Amino acid sequence: MMLSMHALKLSVQLARQFHCSSTRFAALTFSASHADPSLGETSKMNLCQAVNNAMDIALKSDPSTCLFGEDVAFGGVFRCSVGLQEKYGKDRVFNTPLCEQGIAGFGIGLAVAGATAIAEIQFADYIFPAFDQIVNEAAKYRYRSGGLFDCGKLTIRATWGAVGHGALYHSQSPEGYFAHTPGLKIVIPRGPIQAKGLLLSCIRDEDPCLFFEPKLLYRTAVEEVPIDDYQFELSKAEIVREGKDLTMVGWGTQLHVLMEAAQIAKERFGANCEVIDLKTILPWDADTVAESVTKTGRLLISHEAPVTGGFAAEIGATIQERCFLNLEAPITRVCGWDTPFPHVYEPFYLPTKWRVVDAINKLSNF
Amino acid sequence: MLSRVGRIGLKSHAAIGNVSLAPLVRHYSTAERDAFRVREFSEKYLRHRKAQFTEKMTLVDPLHAPTIPIYRVTDSAGKFVDSSQDPNFDKEFAIDVYRKMSVLEQMDKILYDAQRQGRISFYMTNFGEEASHMGSAAALQDDDLIYAQYREAGVLLWRGFSIHDFINQCYGNARDIGKGKQMPVHYGSLEHHFVTISSPLGTQISQAVGSAYAFKRARNGRIVVVYFGEGAASEGDAHAAFNFASTLRCPVIFFCRNNGYAISTSTSDQYGGDGIAGRGPGYGVKSIRVDGNDFFAVYNATKLAREVALQEEPVLIEAMTYRLGHHSTSDDSTAYRSADEVKTWNKKEHPIARFRTYLIDKGWWKESEEAEWQKNMRKEVLTAFSEAEKVQMLAPREMFEDVYKTRPPNLIEQQKQLDDHLQHYAEHYPLERFGMTHQKD
Repeated sequence: MMLSMHALKLSVQLARQFHCSSTRFAALTFSASHADPSLGETSKMNLCQAVNNAMDIALKSDPSTCLFGEDVAFGGVFRCSVGLQEKYGKDRVFNTPLCEQGIAGFGIGLAVAGATAIAEIQFADYIFPAFDQIVNEAAKYRYRSGGLFDCGKLTIRATWGAVGHGALYHSQSPEGYFAHTPGLKIVIPRGPIQAKGLLLSCIRDEDPCLFFEPKLLYRTAVEEVPIDDYQFELSKAEIVREGKDLTMVGWGTQLHVLMEAAQIAKERFGANCEVIDLKTILPWDADTVAESVTKTGRLLISHEAPVTGGFAAEIGATIQERCFLNLEAPITRVCGWDTPFPHVYEPFYLPTKWRVVDAINKLSNF
Repeated sequence: MLSRVGRIGLKSHAAIGNVSLAPLVRHYSTAERDAFRVREFSEKYLRHRKAQFTEKMTLVDPLHAPTIPIYRVTDSAGKFVDSSQDPNFDKEFAIDVYRKMSVLEQMDKILYDAQRQGRISFYMTNFGEEASHMGSAAALQDDDLIYAQYREAGVLLWRGFSIHDFINQCYGNARDIGKGKQMPVHYGSLEHHFVTISSPLGTQISQAVGSAYAFKRARNGRIVVVYFGEGAASEGDAHAAFNFASTLRCPVIFFCRNNGYAISTSTSDQYGGDGIAGRGPGYGVKSIRVDGNDFFAVYNATKLAREVALQEEPVLIEAMTYRLGHHSTSDDSTAYRSADEVKTWNKKEHPIARFRTYLIDKGWWKESEEAEWQKNMRKEVLTAFSEAEKVQMLAPREMFEDVYKTRPPNLIEQQKQLDDHLQHYAEHYPLERFGMTHQKD
């Protein structure tokens, strides 16, 4: 009892520590989405609660489902698994030893044996010890066995992205590393409604999925989330704001930066920006982006991760190949700098809305 | 600690100045005052293993601790040392064991030579380790799930994977159930509950624990057995697996083949402790070391381990053996060990010869049968071999299958690009081996 009280206090501390302070991040405005009314009754949820709700449904709908990782039993350091152990039992929601390669390997093994595995890596920054299991094993399981064995029932969740003061190891966006790995699916939601529908799709998808949760949005992002069981199609991008002058592509937290920048650009110099939420990094929806760029003739891609080798490079190269005759300006990337993610310099590291506005201006006048 | 000292009514650190701490410490560690902490440490930190304080400063010295003994049933000549340990096989079973061990040896000889002749790209023999494969496999239920490293072909052979299946995999031809995607000896069979082998060492160990956990939840009466060499046991995944299996109480047997070498690295460069079995207790895993060249010892130990595993307790078996062959066809082991050493093991401690002595002693096998049996077996393997050689590969578009459950648009597009390219540059590719003909638009 004493231990659990202590753990609870610790979790609140951690959650506060990695939760944005409103003053520090007053610059980010969350653009809430509205769920399709056909999905039924809704309830107010933040991103944490939406993830919790998705896992609750996954555990309920498939008795083979297990949820595990470091500190998930008492509710998780971000409170994403609160109440699930009490509801589904210690054999289904449990702590593992502190070892990421073990968590990934264990999850693969569960999936190989036919169980649904939801593994949590506490921060995406700490997924690298599991890189071998994810890249050499999970991604290649079906292929190398000629389809005899697979670990399609594995989903690895990890908190992701900048948080205001996370510095080098509580801020990273490692999707680019994994995007170079055939066999994986990589998904990043922009808010609670998306998080629930996409996470349920990942859990039920027949390929191993990485699901990155933007931790800056865990508590700040609140939406009316459908309470029923619903899924969103993977590998499907979404046009969140329509426009005709310029296409902007982003995902996760950065989508909201792009939305704000689009509004500023509209007000300041009348540019009508189309904003696309890519949602699935791998395999990504090139068609939706190419169609948009065919219409607008200009493309800006933005992500928090460093620019060199980042996923924007892949999008840029593909769109250049597919839309060469439609492009009226060079494809532009607004990304993190090629440095480790710094502590006190974070406001200058991030691809802020002002850097995006600046780029829109230059692109428009090219 | 000093603040606690303050709390229990002694002078604070500041007040006592530079007075020696020794009397304080002695005062503090009376049995009465220790009771709370000893109980907490024992119950919460050490899973109810009783710990005590000591005032004697002693380093635990592994070199003076007892080593784990090597369990054996027969001696080097194949004679029973303690007849109570004889599992009393019947004749049919014992002859089957012998035949399967020698088929494995024969297949190894032929495929090794085939690689030397450039007919297959790569091979790894199992020489000297046949008894550890067959002995463990025979003690399991046939649907217990196996995760292997790469030198455990005998386990698959025991379960009925055919000589054709082995050789087709090595060729990667259209009959390879793995569809020609992996290097030779990376076998797998759903039907035989043998998870497809992969090259990265140690990765399968923690995966096996996950599968064992799934079996425990499914209450299906199955266990998981994972094989690995003593070199792979140095990987981080081995540590993860032992620890996870212990804390999550998984029905898994860790079967370590300690054959003395990881390619050229001898065990003295691999670890400083009491082998691999010596690590088990540190993780709270029941452990045993066996003579890996003694079929009976491996069989008995695996049988016991299986019973323990079914009680949701992992077991570690370390089978001591010797890698008689080179590491692989890419290795010449005389560069790092003497030919004499190999010769001695081959002559004095060969697991198949040892089992043959047992059969002969029982009157179930005659020396005179041996030559005929060897000849027939060789013929059978060679026939399978020449058949496999004639089978073509699958068409190259197979390369794009099974990356995902269904092909995403980029792979559909890339397959079309390859098809289109081959239409125009066919003569530069070995199409005839892939069931295609050279034709131009």
